Amino acid sequence: MSLNRRDFVKLCTGTVAGLGVSQMFNPAVCEAISGSLNGERPPVLWLQGAGCTGCSVSLLNSVNPHIKDVLLKVISLEFHPTVMAWEGEPAMEHMFKIADKYDGKFFLVVEGSIPTEAEGKYCVVGEADHQEITMVEAMKELGPKAAAVLAIGTCSAYGGIPAAAGSQTGAKGVRDFFESEEIATPVVNIPGCPPHPDWIVGTVTVALDAIKKHGLADGLGEVVEILDDDGRPTPFYGENIHDNCPYLEDFDNDLLATKFTDVRGCRMELGCKGPDTMSDCYKRKWNNGMNWCVQNAVCIGCVEPDFPDGKSPFYEPA
Amino acid sequence: MSGCKRNGAAASGKTAHIAIDPVTRIEGHLKADVTVENGKVVDAKLSGGMYRGFEQILRGRDPRDSSQIVQRICGVCPTAHATASIMAQDAAFGVKVTNNARITRNLILGANYLQSHLLHFYHLAAQDFVQGPDSAPFVPRYQKSDLLEDRSKDLKAVNAAAVDQYIEALDVRAVCHEMVAIWGGKMPHVQGLVAGGTTEMPTKDRILEYAVRFKKVRDFVNNKYLPTVYTVGSVYPDMFKVGQGHKACIAYGVFPLDNAYSKFMMKSGVYFDGKDHKFDPSKIHEDVKYSWFEDSTTGLHYSEGKTIPAPEKEGAYSFVKAPRYNGVACEVGPLARMWVENPPLSPVGQKMLKEKFGMDAKRFRDLGEDAAFSLMGRHVARAEESWYILDFIDAWLKEVKPDEETFTAYEIPESAEGTGFTEAPRGALLHYLDVKDSKINNYQIVSATLWNCNPRDDKGVRGPVEEALIGIPVPDIDNPVNVARLIRAFDP
Repeated sequence: MSLNRRDFVKLCTGTVAGLGVSQMFNPAVCEAISGSLNGERPPVLWLQGAGCTGCSVSLLNSVNPHIKDVLLKVISLEFHPTVMAWEGEPAMEHMFKIADKYDGKFFLVVEGSIPTEAEGKYCVVGEADHQEITMVEAMKELGPKAAAVLAIGTCSAYGGIPAAAGSQTGAKGVRDFFESEEIATPVVNIPGCPPHPDWIVGTVTVALDAIKKHGLADGLGEVVEILDDDGRPTPFYGENIHDNCPYLEDFDNDLLATKFTDVRGCRMELGCKGPDTMSDCYKRKWNNGMNWCVQNAVCIGCVEPDFPDGKSPFYEPA
Repeated sequence: MSGCKRNGAAASGKTAHIAIDPVTRIEGHLKADVTVENGKVVDAKLSGGMYRGFEQILRGRDPRDSSQIVQRICGVCPTAHATASIMAQDAAFGVKVTNNARITRNLILGANYLQSHLLHFYHLAAQDFVQGPDSAPFVPRYQKSDLLEDRSKDLKAVNAAAVDQYIEALDVRAVCHEMVAIWGGKMPHVQGLVAGGTTEMPTKDRILEYAVRFKKVRDFVNNKYLPTVYTVGSVYPDMFKVGQGHKACIAYGVFPLDNAYSKFMMKSGVYFDGKDHKFDPSKIHEDVKYSWFEDSTTGLHYSEGKTIPAPEKEGAYSFVKAPRYNGVACEVGPLARMWVENPPLSPVGQKMLKEKFGMDAKRFRDLGEDAAFSLMGRHVARAEESWYILDFIDAWLKEVKPDEETFTAYEIPESAEGTGFTEAPRGALLHYLDVKDSKINNYQIVSATLWNCNPRDDKGVRGPVEEALIGIPVPDIDNPVNVARLIRAFDP
């Protein structure tokens, strides 16, 4: 019943183009992957650093499996500032308790970047023992204990907008932060501003499936194998937008759109960053297949490590 | 485990200090410090714990980039930030958008209003009243949560229905996002809103796709959301009597109904000292005495605004600045808009206010100042606004012209300035853009969170939410459920 890697890659890249990868993750698959880490739903601690909560909101748009199944059947979300019932110090202490109880066996999801200047004061995530805890401190405490970190969104993966030129907060992505702190926990980047819900749920599902079949270390090893140099799972980030764009034929025929509302024509002159962007938006589309950036306007390259500075001005040709 | 940590030294006698950090189920990082005496809050401090520096990041960029960057301020209301930004750009570039563009923009923002209000009530605030399943993330929770079932065993069925609606609302809010994406490109963070109009012209097919989804949302608002808010409200009549705060509010006007921006679905206006006042943007300034920003930047009008963080500043306790209108701390949001516009109430509202509260109310102000400016009044305002917008969306769907232009070309001037005034679902929002050498010279944002969640101003006057916390009952300091209930009612 469980899904092997070859099936997964096939699903992501081929046969269900346009349908969305998560169509395949039906409840039976969710059932099969639960219990991967400790015989229960794997505990997940979700920290928010310097970000906008857009990644969490995007995840709520998960279609199949439905977000309710993700929350109640696939994972055990023990800490998430935007959806959890509890609050205040007890919520923070619960989080640290879970980290101790499941040392090495929980997933740490990070949304938002880690501001390192001013001793971390630019982002306080809560209190424990009457002490304010900064994002930096929370990451130092939880990072080494996690089985793996999912860096969700471009802020968490590469710094993103809080780390753009002009910022004085020293915001960093998880990999950079771990490198400077010498934390060796594996990091999987799921960038995007925000990431597509399929990219998040799909990555979690393939990771749990691999761990279930091959144990924690080997399973995570298998996930790491499918990452590109920027730490992204290639099934979702392995293809170039421009090479697969429905306007490619127009580009080849020198038909270029000159204003946004042109129905035909390649969007390059309007600033489209599709040629420098690796993601499968072109076939997955957004919000239940409703639309996507290039069809609507232009790609601004939000999944790339150099977003936003390397992609701006957004409305000028690269 | 105790519900909330007390400050041990101060907990003796009848005075206790409680810190709730983090306040969860909101967007962003917020801490509430309250002092409780004889079972009631007597003082409060709200602390915003995050600074990213959008104003600094924007400087020197192509002005058109601002609408993309500022959306990343908030993943719940990116459309509102995009709208404020493109209106500021329109003004600075001297471009007049087409009728069709104005209507398409309204349809994009309108769908996100519905999304944001449903998300707020069901997924952020409802757990303050309704008991979810005994499974993470619904547990752990306060031991004495004062939920529906705690108030009466007879309410089991009501609670169960509300939990079902929590699940259903997940789908309905995702459908609202689909409606945004039809012309917005995607959500969160849209591509379709740009200076000069929108990027995609509506077609017959797409208008139909929007209309089909809209019907689903409309049914949910009418048949589930509205009645549930009033039913929950009737179980908590005490929540209509607390949280009034300064009884001062401001609205900028939103959903323009003409191209001169002279008529809006929700008009602009200011209310304080029991009187209505005309909105005059020159009367806004921002104080920073208690904010982690350099003192030299205090008291400035937004067009002269400076954002220079000073995270070590003594005596300050928040990264939120303190905007004031004519020196008054005004609240913003659905309550402010509904109070200023005073539209008719929904048939469900009129009927249930009569049945459950014996109240003869035809329009919003018939609730009276005390009930409207209350913890539960803010939930009612949000639900009633969700109903009020339905007929407007319906009308815009009929008014929008298939295949008619929504984009007007323009040139970026070498030097110019412009302000975009709009309303995010959670409240008044302005973006100020100053262009020099065709680049952003200064960009200032006064968001809803700044208006509502600010610390004391230079005169020591509490911010709106701080003031509304005064008098909130905390009978058990280990379970201070009402404190965050009040904060969440504002949708911070």
